[in-house]
Amino acid sequence: MPDPILQMRGLTAHYGDFQALYGIDMHVDPGEVLAIIGANGAGKTTLMRSVTGLLRNGANQIRYRGQDISRLRADQVARRGLAMVPEGRQLFPSLSVKENLMIGAQVGRKGPWDLGAVYRLFPILDERKDQQSISLSGGQQQMVAIGRALMSNPDLLLFDEISLGLAPIVIKDIYAALPGIIKDGMSAIIVEQDIAQALKVSGRVYCLQEGRVSLEGASDKVTREEISRAYFGIA
Amino acid sequence: MDWLNAIVQGTLLGGLYVLFAAGLSLIFGVMRLVNIAHGDLIVLGAYLGLTVTTTVGLHPLAALVIVVPAMGLIGYALQRGLLNQTLGDDLLPPLLVTFGLSVILQNGLLELYTADPQKMDAGALETASVTVGGLTLGVLPLLTFGFAVAVIWGLQWTFYRTGLGRAFRAVSDNQDIAQLMGLNRRHIFGLAMALALAVTAIAGILLGIRTSFDPSIGGGRLIFGFEAVIIGGLGNLWGTLAGGVILGVAQTLGAKIDPGWQILSGHLAFLIILAIRPNGLFPRIAA
Ligand SMILES: Nc1ncnc2c1ncn2[C@@H]1O[C@H](COP(=O)(O)OP(=O)(O)OP(=O)(O)O)[C@@H](O)[C@H]1O
Ligand SMILES: [Mg+2]
Repeated sequence: MPDPILQMRGLTAHYGDFQALYGIDMHVDPGEVLAIIGANGAGKTTLMRSVTGLLRNGANQIRYRGQDISRLRADQVARRGLAMVPEGRQLFPSLSVKENLMIGAQVGRKGPWDLGAVYRLFPILDERKDQQSISLSGGQQQMVAIGRALMSNPDLLLFDEISLGLAPIVIKDIYAALPGIIKDGMSAIIVEQDIAQALKVSGRVYCLQEGRVSLEGASDKVTREEISRAYFGIA
Repeated sequence: MDWLNAIVQGTLLGGLYVLFAAGLSLIFGVMRLVNIAHGDLIVLGAYLGLTVTTTVGLHPLAALVIVVPAMGLIGYALQRGLLNQTLGDDLLPPLLVTFGLSVILQNGLLELYTADPQKMDAGALETASVTVGGLTLGVLPLLTFGFAVAVIWGLQWTFYRTGLGRAFRAVSDNQDIAQLMGLNRRHIFGLAMALALAVTAIAGILLGIRTSFDPSIGGGRLIFGFEAVIIGGLGNLWGTLAGGVILGVAQTLGAKIDPGWQILSGHLAFLIILAIRPNGLFPRIAA
């Protein structure tokens, strides 16, 4: 087994006096798609924010490619090849579609993704490139958010609830595009409320419950009973 | 003809107010920072210009080549060394710190240059004029207005046509996500303050050619700058140009009625516009 690309050990997170994560142990292997599921407020987004450097972490809690990244700023983490499609898309409203994508390339990492590649993946964005990003439909905005993250040519891509607030047909389209996105040895973490969807696209799954890992296993092995116990805490 | 003259002179005077305001507008737009020391930084620019003209013997306009980059560097250092630490969800710390900075600047200038009024010598430029359609226009006010339009145009171009401007807008929209995209907001804010103070240097030197100055006049320049920004609407650079012109015209029209009313009528115009349109004439950022 190769060394994990991302490794968390005893990861904790706080919002003021409130503790949101209680010692998370988790890893992502190179080329792996990992799913994280859990109820509302379980700490999934907090975990994503910790990994990407948006929250302050304790030393030595997060290692990326063997190096401690837990104390780095988000821009420094991004430069090492970690990108995120944030919950709620969070496009830059005063930037056009094309400008949103170009901001993603700001870290200056070389690789297969550039404007042309993103437009080939989502041709509608080419047509809409000069529009304000927030004038697009929810699904198209999600495509911009995904494209923006890809533009940094990441090695590890984090998706935080990409189906949130989208119509089922749109969700289907977005997930259909995933294999074209996660390729060339890229690893991914997919945070998803739709458990069936999460299990389908991932190799392994973690379930979070109130800031702790309540289940870990191969996506095709975990049973429905295990999941509902881990999800809702019915012991 | 007299009234037309007053309006034209007021428009040109407004050019100076636009230069006072542009830096304020820029940094408020990028980082929501209200800089109480802005007027004193304009005065600092004037004094730096004075020092360069007297020691190196340059014409004040040529001194821009030195003072503009110098103020830019001061801006970057000020932002990274001091102001970045005050930014956050609370609006009060930056207000208090820039107020403190204002006091320090005034006293520092007083120590260095004394309270005696100073003026920069721009030679023939100060009195030169041209006659257009029966109106006599000073070359210096015309030049000032030209600088104002060029500065606003340049800032607008930077904001909407360059990678730096894209970074300014992204950080202004969403600091966290911008950081996630590899933009270090502390650096971007430093660059914004550098640009703002570079513009402030132009304002300071043109002020110092036009009138005499002493360390205490910063507060008044800050007010004119603020009024221009707010009349035009927060976050809108072309609005700031309009705001400066409106303020200048209101002042010269007031002075036309009674010379003692110049400043007062500017403030009145500001209050009336604020009462009718609380967000200014052309707001871009919701207050
Ligand atoms: N900015 C914040 N300040 C204080 N508490 C917060 C903040 N953000 C999240 N929390 C709390 O931290 C806990 C974990 O929230 P988090 O957003 O990580 O959950 P989540 O698993 O992503 O939920 P969801 O499925 O609703 O997105 C929750 O109890 C939440 O109320
Ligand atoms: Mg969440």
